[in-house]
Amino acid sequence: MALEINRRKLIAGLGGGLLVSGCDSWSRSESVQRILHSSESLTKVAQRGILGDTALAREFTLADLSPIHRANGNTTADTPEYRAMLANGFANYRLQIGGLVERPLGISLDQLRSMPSRTQITRHDCVEGWSAIGQWTGTPLSHVLDLARLRDGANYIVFHCADSFSDTPYYESMDLSDAYHPQTILAYGMNGGPLPERHGAPIRVRNERQLGYKHAKFVMRVEAVASLDTVYGGKGGYWEDDHNYAWYAGI
Amino acid sequence: MAAIKDGEDPQVGEMAKRHRLSTRLWHWTNALTIFIMLMSGLTIFNAHPRLYWGSYGANQDPAWLQIDNEGERGYLQIGDWQITTTGVLGSWTNSEGERSTRAFPSWATLPGYYSLSIGRLWHLFFAWVLVLAGLFYWIWSFANRHVQRDLSPETKELKPRHLWHDIKEHAKLRFPTGAAALNYNILQKLSYLFVLFLLLPTIVLTGLTMSPSMDVAWPWLLDLFGGRQSARSIHFICAFLMVGFIIVHLAMVVLAGPYNEIRSMITGRFRIPEKREEQQPATVKEETA
Repeated sequence: MALEINRRKLIAGLGGGLLVSGCDSWSRSESVQRILHSSESLTKVAQRGILGDTALAREFTLADLSPIHRANGNTTADTPEYRAMLANGFANYRLQIGGLVERPLGISLDQLRSMPSRTQITRHDCVEGWSAIGQWTGTPLSHVLDLARLRDGANYIVFHCADSFSDTPYYESMDLSDAYHPQTILAYGMNGGPLPERHGAPIRVRNERQLGYKHAKFVMRVEAVASLDTVYGGKGGYWEDDHNYAWYAGI
Repeated sequence: MAAIKDGEDPQVGEMAKRHRLSTRLWHWTNALTIFIMLMSGLTIFNAHPRLYWGSYGANQDPAWLQIDNEGERGYLQIGDWQITTTGVLGSWTNSEGERSTRAFPSWATLPGYYSLSIGRLWHLFFAWVLVLAGLFYWIWSFANRHVQRDLSPETKELKPRHLWHDIKEHAKLRFPTGAAALNYNILQKLSYLFVLFLLLPTIVLTGLTMSPSMDVAWPWLLDLFGGRQSARSIHFICAFLMVGFIIVHLAMVVLAGPYNEIRSMITGRFRIPEKREEQQPATVKEETA
């Protein structure tokens, strides 16, 4: 019977102590978080290894569209500049392409619309778990980057956005494998019309191999950089910097 | 298991070798990993406590399962059927007395406070442990013939009469004694095979189907499970089948003699339990030979 009690104590100690209270302080510990984060690079290497650079995300038909495509994160950019641009149909909007490029550009929405375009009906997967299917029309990012001509040493593309979370501006980034993926587009159209405000007008990035928070909305500036270390918090995105989300959001 | 020399059964009261080192290592790695996966999985579920069938599904689409609240009342809804779950699901108070309307309560989630990103860190780290240890165990158990020798049912065990006999014996809580206790009985074999070769692979593959990158690499995953949201639903159902397995498994360990059982999973050695007073049915005796 003594053994019986010990066993119960053991299980209660392990189950209760370690798994409940212990894991909460572990969850908050930065060194534990660093260890847990270490599997992210393993996941990226493994997934990219079987993915390659050119395989396409499944494309659906118009019959498959979500009746209502949920909009998440910020559904507007709450600044006077953005409101003014929205009011005049983004007539004065210029998408800035800069950083490590030979030829910095300022592209109007009309210019973007006259460039080669791609329309794709794809599934948008939120990190929360839900999915929605929408039709997206836009300019392949590779086309714009080729116009601006990336300089040697450019490894990442950073998207600076008009929206913010309590004064912290939203931004996101991707490496060149995603930037040059055929389905990575600067979308200005959705479901046959112009991109609605709540989905990131005038431009949202589509990064079809990753989760929703990588698809930056309200994009104002595209910057080519050598490293993400010097951009904002250094982790490559708003959710990555401030909330411990993974930069590689392939899963 | 099955390390017994042919021809000679160990006697009642003797210590006999029962579980291989690979089985023991995998068991305890899994015991920890599965609990972390289940609890961090519930944290992730709490981010969107609704399940759908098909490719897409979000708040405006019909959910086949949802956990939600109406004011103070928490509820679980499956199809048209709804049950009030205040205190446990959808509306509960934590140990500090704060009310929450998250789906699963803090005692069931990892971390105990709500953080989707930290829940994902735990889940996606230990997913690697689950998969790598599982693959290693799979290969190892075929190579050392654990699967073929100890887990694969013999033809006579699959006869309805034998199955029915074992079910009745289990229902009466009469478990194999003597040397027969060293071998898995048919119900054990079937449940371990179910977990090892159906449940765990389905959990891993439906998990991968939720990955947008994996859907690009292996689009057949989407066809196999009927879309990403179906895969998410199946993942959730399988997680609860795993909970069911754990509950039955722990109950069986307790009923069969927890000290001897747990020792055998730690040291590998098992004391042969005494035979019951009454006459054993002849069919069972034959199998112990």
